[in-house]
Amino acid sequence: MPAVSKGDGMRGLAVFISDIRNCKSKEAEIKRINKELANIRSKFKGDKALDGYSKKKYVCKLLFIFLLGHDIDFGHMEAVNLLSSNKYTEKQIGYLFISVLVNSNSELIRLINNGIKNDLSSRNPTFMCLALHCIANVGSREMAEAFAGEIPRILVAGDTMDSVKQSAALCLLRLYKTSPDLVLMGEWTSRVVHLLNDQHMGVVTAAISLITCLSQKNPDEFKTCVSLAVSRLSRIVSSASTDLQDYTYYFVPAPWLSCKLLRLLQCYPPPEDGAVKGRLVECLETILNKAQEPPKSKKVQHSNAKNAILFEAIALIIHYDSEPNLLVRACNQLGQFLQHRETNLRYLALESMCTLASSEFSHEAVKTHIETVINALKTERDVSVRQRAADLLYAMCDRSNAKQIVAEMLSYLETADYSIREEMVLKVAILAEKYAVDYSWYVDTILNLIRIAGDYVSEEVWYRVIQIVINRDDVQGYAAKTVFEALQAPACHENMVKVGGYILGEFGNLIAGDPRSSPLVQFNLLHSKFHLCSVPTRALLLSAYIKFINLFPETKSTIQEVLRSDSQIRNSDVELQQRAVEYLKLSSIASTDVLATVLEEMPPFPERESSILAKLKKKKGPGAVSSTEQEDGKREGGELNGGGERGADSTIAASNASTPSPSADLLGLRSSGPVSAAPPSAGSLLVDVFSEAGPAAPAAAVNDDGFLRDLEPPTESSDSLLAEGPGDSDSAPPSVVSEDPAPPMPQSDELLHKFVCKSNGVLFENQLLQIGVKSEYRQNLGRMYLFYGNKTSVQFVSFSTSVTYTGELQSQLNVQTKPVEPLVEGGAQVQQVINIECLTDFSDAPLLNIKFRYGGALQNLTLKLPVTVNKFFQPTEMVSHDFFQRWKQLSQPQQEAQKIFKASHGMDKEVLKGKLLGLGMALLENVDPNPENFVCAGVIQTKAQQVGCLLRLEPNAQAQSGEQMYRLTLRSSKDTVSKRLCDLLAEQF
Amino acid sequence: MIKAILIFNNHGKPRLSKFYEHYSEDTEQQIIRETFHLVSKRDENVCNFLEGGMLIGGSDNKLIYRHYATLYFVFCVDSSESELGILDLIQVFVETLDKCFENVCELDLIFHVDKVHHILSEMVMGGMVLETNMNEIITHVDAQNKMEKSEVRAASEARVLSIIILI
Repeated sequence: MPAVSKGDGMRGLAVFISDIRNCKSKEAEIKRINKELANIRSKFKGDKALDGYSKKKYVCKLLFIFLLGHDIDFGHMEAVNLLSSNKYTEKQIGYLFISVLVNSNSELIRLINNGIKNDLSSRNPTFMCLALHCIANVGSREMAEAFAGEIPRILVAGDTMDSVKQSAALCLLRLYKTSPDLVLMGEWTSRVVHLLNDQHMGVVTAAISLITCLSQKNPDEFKTCVSLAVSRLSRIVSSASTDLQDYTYYFVPAPWLSCKLLRLLQCYPPPEDGAVKGRLVECLETILNKAQEPPKSKKVQHSNAKNAILFEAIALIIHYDSEPNLLVRACNQLGQFLQHRETNLRYLALESMCTLASSEFSHEAVKTHIETVINALKTERDVSVRQRAADLLYAMCDRSNAKQIVAEMLSYLETADYSIREEMVLKVAILAEKYAVDYSWYVDTILNLIRIAGDYVSEEVWYRVIQIVINRDDVQGYAAKTVFEALQAPACHENMVKVGGYILGEFGNLIAGDPRSSPLVQFNLLHSKFHLCSVPTRALLLSAYIKFINLFPETKSTIQEVLRSDSQIRNSDVELQQRAVEYLKLSSIASTDVLATVLEEMPPFPERESSILAKLKKKKGPGAVSSTEQEDGKREGGELNGGGERGADSTIAASNASTPSPSADLLGLRSSGPVSAAPPSAGSLLVDVFSEAGPAAPAAAVNDDGFLRDLEPPTESSDSLLAEGPGDSDSAPPSVVSEDPAPPMPQSDELLHKFVCKSNGVLFENQLLQIGVKSEYRQNLGRMYLFYGNKTSVQFVSFSTSVTYTGELQSQLNVQTKPVEPLVEGGAQVQQVINIECLTDFSDAPLLNIKFRYGGALQNLTLKLPVTVNKFFQPTEMVSHDFFQRWKQLSQPQQEAQKIFKASHGMDKEVLKGKLLGLGMALLENVDPNPENFVCAGVIQTKAQQVGCLLRLEPNAQAQSGEQMYRLTLRSSKDTVSKRLCDLLAEQF
Repeated sequence: MIKAILIFNNHGKPRLSKFYEHYSEDTEQQIIRETFHLVSKRDENVCNFLEGGMLIGGSDNKLIYRHYATLYFVFCVDSSESELGILDLIQVFVETLDKCFENVCELDLIFHVDKVHHILSEMVMGGMVLETNMNEIITHVDAQNKMEKSEVRAASEARVLSIIILI
């Protein structure tokens, strides 16, 4: 007998569905539906009370209409009535409707919650399950508020039926995911772990999802689940295929549960208890052994289930990355699968091997499969599999096989699916750069890339090749020759024209000796492409032309002729017209010397992480590029270079200007080396077009009003801020890690001082973690973004941070932090926003404590939050007279603080200026009678008061002792401010 | 977790859609179309996994599907699920439907959408797997049907009764 009886359905519904199915056209269908909607609406609104059956029928019709893709905006009330009914059939439909068509109408939610409450207390297991399902489906905050306390009780109560327990576990999980703050840990948590031992496998199946999620967020509290999971797994793995009866699926005992147990174990490091570990290793070996046994059934389901467990076991082995023996066995097993006739297994084997490739124990073993993988890339019929093969090639690439792999990927690109070309291009570009030993190979590869897949070559890629060519003298001539040849092709990609224009503009002279590539030939070649190009490329070419005039005076008249032509000088595009006019004028009035200075060769780019890598990461999401690669990138890429695009305009500007700009250190946070490593001459002026692509997306433009506007009324944050009010934040650390915060690190003061005169940069870095800062202040408010970057390939768990400020500081500052996610994936970065309000002036800095577990070991470090009183400076411009008048007004001894100290960083005037500007005061020119001295004025904005400050810095390059000395004097209306500023600044010069 | 379960036929007509994350109704329809577009152009005998479409979260999600006669069963899942495990789950779902409807076919899904939802809700709840044991699932569905039948019988008896009284 079929379980669903077809006869006693609803006739009206069946008729309606048949009608719809008989509609010949979309229009007819819509007409029929509208008619039905009108009918139902009138029935619902009509005076006659509907009986349960009719309501059920109409609600079912609405569900069907909804499935066809039509909006349903009524019927919710009827559904609520149905779910409050005592009849099972009506209740069921009511709940179904609400679950499918969730409506956030609060009145409605209140009614639904009422119904749910009744059903939960009904002690009727079927009703309870329906109610729990509804909560899990809707999962709204109101529901969490109403039931988050009740459900754990149902879950662990001794007399709850198994089926209700199952539903309660998943319902709780859903609420924990949507509103973690409402699900409070308590006495039930320890009992939940023991559900892993439950008699009923269904209960274990449901509970393990809950436990896995809870463990990810609170690993310490749920540690005990490891040994329980291992023993459960071992019982399943060693059971005969008939022991578990119904949970045996095609001769495999409880495959789903086994997979989930292995997943749960991946939340933890290898067990420390020897016995548990031994038992687990035994399980893993058994699973690997079973793979070699002959199958118990020919059915695909049998091998699927068996292999599902096998792949999870391998994932666990890779996660532990500590048992070389198991790792090699895993690699061999995957190697077998690479050639399996089942496409699914080849796909999964390629995917697993990708993670295996980053383990040092198995990297070499993975490499032995290179031919198979290349073959997969060429011959697999399925694009998803080919893509996995490309990923694996990328992961297994190192110096020894880079040329082969890059060549294979390039040749594959010619026929690759459109959907994956862009990613392939990025990967080829990265590998070519990372493993380039000789840079002519690199240039060849990238130019080939542009030739083969020009449309998919993003800006980052061609910027990068230009940066590298400019920074490496030895490849410039070769590059010029190669692009010149490439441009000779009758049809070449616009990106090639861009690279060609730029490189010939800079280095065309290196090949001009050959009559076949004389200056005029070069120019004519470039100009022959001009008319086919888009405006930005034409603009770039115009800049190349003006550079030609400097490189090759003999081309001057020809080029001037071109610039003078109507199609340039009267071009309808403003940018092109302006360039033509300006370049023409420049070339005719400037002397050769001036021209040579203005159009000087580009200076080298500052070194930086490849922006292509950042782009790939963005494309693939965090964790896709392992951190070892990034470190490799830094280490091997000593020759890697800057990330700034330079349009032709900035080309000229850059050669002229040398003032460091305050925005100089808007660095991408992953850039290698300290900020000051960037040469102050040119790099600082570059427009940082890549800050978007970098991990630190919100580029803190210095005067970004929008950014500050949302800083003032912290409305959206007010909820979460309650948890950490101003006074009690130190008593309530947000996380559960019990260890006390470490004392501040010895170098924390030094790190703090680094940030007195700048607001962005890398605050701290060690082997595991990098912390970057961006901050922005206005008036007495500040907002700081902290970026925590996981430099390893292993995830950090229990990641938590807290800001504490004790004693006096509590009345001086108000610091509000938003909690961070407790899990930081390998290679990923999380951001934390900190709002700071300055109540009155202060001297100490708040402490920032960071705790997390890396491979089981607790990391606990404390730094000083880089906020100093000068951040709240408002610059004040004033003339000489005013300045000295105020200076005299502040003449009481306690208002002044003075220090005389040795210069520790040289006395470069521009550097000093930059630092004083960074301090936040106005740097006053022509005020001090001695031009060597610096004077500044500013007002510190606090909530309680404003404190005016004046500063005078007198360098003495030839003091009597022969050393460079400074005298620094601070005067302000408040003695503590003068003292603090003087202390802070004495460390800066 | 399972983000969505979609069933549509060879022409892309949805027969069941169940989302475990909130999307607007419009987006849901677009996801169904996008998924159909991705899945339907694939040959038979290629692998059963592919990266999710942009609307449902891009490459962090996978589509795992099986094609039975006229119907595609597609599960959209995140990286925490085992691909082969989900494939087995689809098989359990289909075998269960087959037992409940006796040789299930597309029409059964069309005319009994509510039942399909109920069967599914015995397996998956809030995007997580509740039960994988087919016999257990069928027991629950049977129990529900019994209740339903007894209520229907009671209702018709009541109707007969009221007619008698009227007479």
